[in-house]
Amino acid sequence: MKLSKWNIFTRGIIKENPVLVLVLGLCPALAVSTQAENALGMGLATTFVLLGSNIVISFLRKIIPGRTRIPCYIVLIASFTVLVKMAIEAYAYPLYQALGIFLPLIAVNCIIFARAEMFANRNTVIDSVLDALGSGFGFTLALLVIASIREIFGNGTWFGLSLPWLSDNTIMIFSLAPGGFIVFAFLLALVNKLSKSHDKSREPGCKGCPAADACGMCAESGGKKAEHGVGRRGL
Amino acid sequence: MDFDFRALVVIMMSAVLVNNYVLRQFLGVCPFLGVSKDLKSSVGMGLAVMFVMLMAASVTWPIQILLLNPNGLEFMQTVVFILVIATLVQLVEVVLKRYVPALFASLGVYLPLMTTNCAVLAVTISNINKGYTYIEALVSALGAGFGFFLAMVIFTGVRAQVAAADPPDAFKGVPITLISAAILSLAFFAFDGVIENLFGG
Repeated sequence: MKLSKWNIFTRGIIKENPVLVLVLGLCPALAVSTQAENALGMGLATTFVLLGSNIVISFLRKIIPGRTRIPCYIVLIASFTVLVKMAIEAYAYPLYQALGIFLPLIAVNCIIFARAEMFANRNTVIDSVLDALGSGFGFTLALLVIASIREIFGNGTWFGLSLPWLSDNTIMIFSLAPGGFIVFAFLLALVNKLSKSHDKSREPGCKGCPAADACGMCAESGGKKAEHGVGRRGL
Repeated sequence: MDFDFRALVVIMMSAVLVNNYVLRQFLGVCPFLGVSKDLKSSVGMGLAVMFVMLMAASVTWPIQILLLNPNGLEFMQTVVFILVIATLVQLVEVVLKRYVPALFASLGVYLPLMTTNCAVLAVTISNINKGYTYIEALVSALGAGFGFFLAMVIFTGVRAQVAAADPPDAFKGVPITLISAAILSLAFFAFDGVIENLFGG
């Protein structure tokens, strides 16, 4: 299947949105989405790491040996994460404090592993750049939507701007942990309704996820996938 | 080495109940949603997380304090910790397989999944950020692991009930699971203030 350049780019934003369709990278998506500003920062930071790792991995795809590719990816992704972390600490300290522990945790974001394993290691550099930008913007967009809903209703503000009426009638649960789960559940239900794809049994976690090999999160696939996936990474 | 037993109890309680990793801090949500289908696998996953967290905390703390900090290499924390955890997991797997096959049979499948589990990396980093002593770091890792285990096991029970329900079509699958998680998370909010009331903040 050969995709046009435009398709590679837009696919990650809408049809294969990493958060809303593939249900990947939930931890950062839910944790930092209490403020739209933080969500934007997190989204862009992740996009940068994704871009960097996709470029390097697709560039080195013929050099990295198949058996040791996962440790190579881990080191590359972690290095880009450190770069982003230091840049944000230096130039946007309030954001650095707001994102807290989730900034270093970009390094274990399974979206990035998924793109490396599913796309960058078998496509050209230019395609991988487009793929990274598409998935990154898709991630940012999803975070921004979740965060906007949670900030508007939970805090009565949007990007820090106070909204009339809503700021006097805040619904606190939206800013708390349960609110994150609920907003995300309703968004997923909306996506299901619109795409009418709920009957193809998309299970939580990785069962219905094309990236199961790369991130190997769920135990159901663990037993079998471990043979060729993350499990026998031959460290 | 003198240690403050009261402080340790507070750290433990806080990690298990008040700041539960999954339900309050959104760490390790993926395995929480993915593996909580039946009791056997959620117990296995929970135990594996607890085990790896404890091991990881016991190894990364000395690395940070004795190796990275004195040499001005704090910025290497993320890279080093991930690699150490990945290597450790492999090592544990090999050792268990060779010497404790019974334990390996029950945990083996879940061990390789730990490298990309953000809760494991998070507990090691937050131990350093909070400036814990070695004992405190171990207790906090144990608490975080047990909190994860507890959340997994409770949630498996909840999901068994949800499976029997008939939600609207659009909510089938992930959305209804997330709603159940939200309700469970709400329940854990009842533990707010427990620490202050029990130990006088």
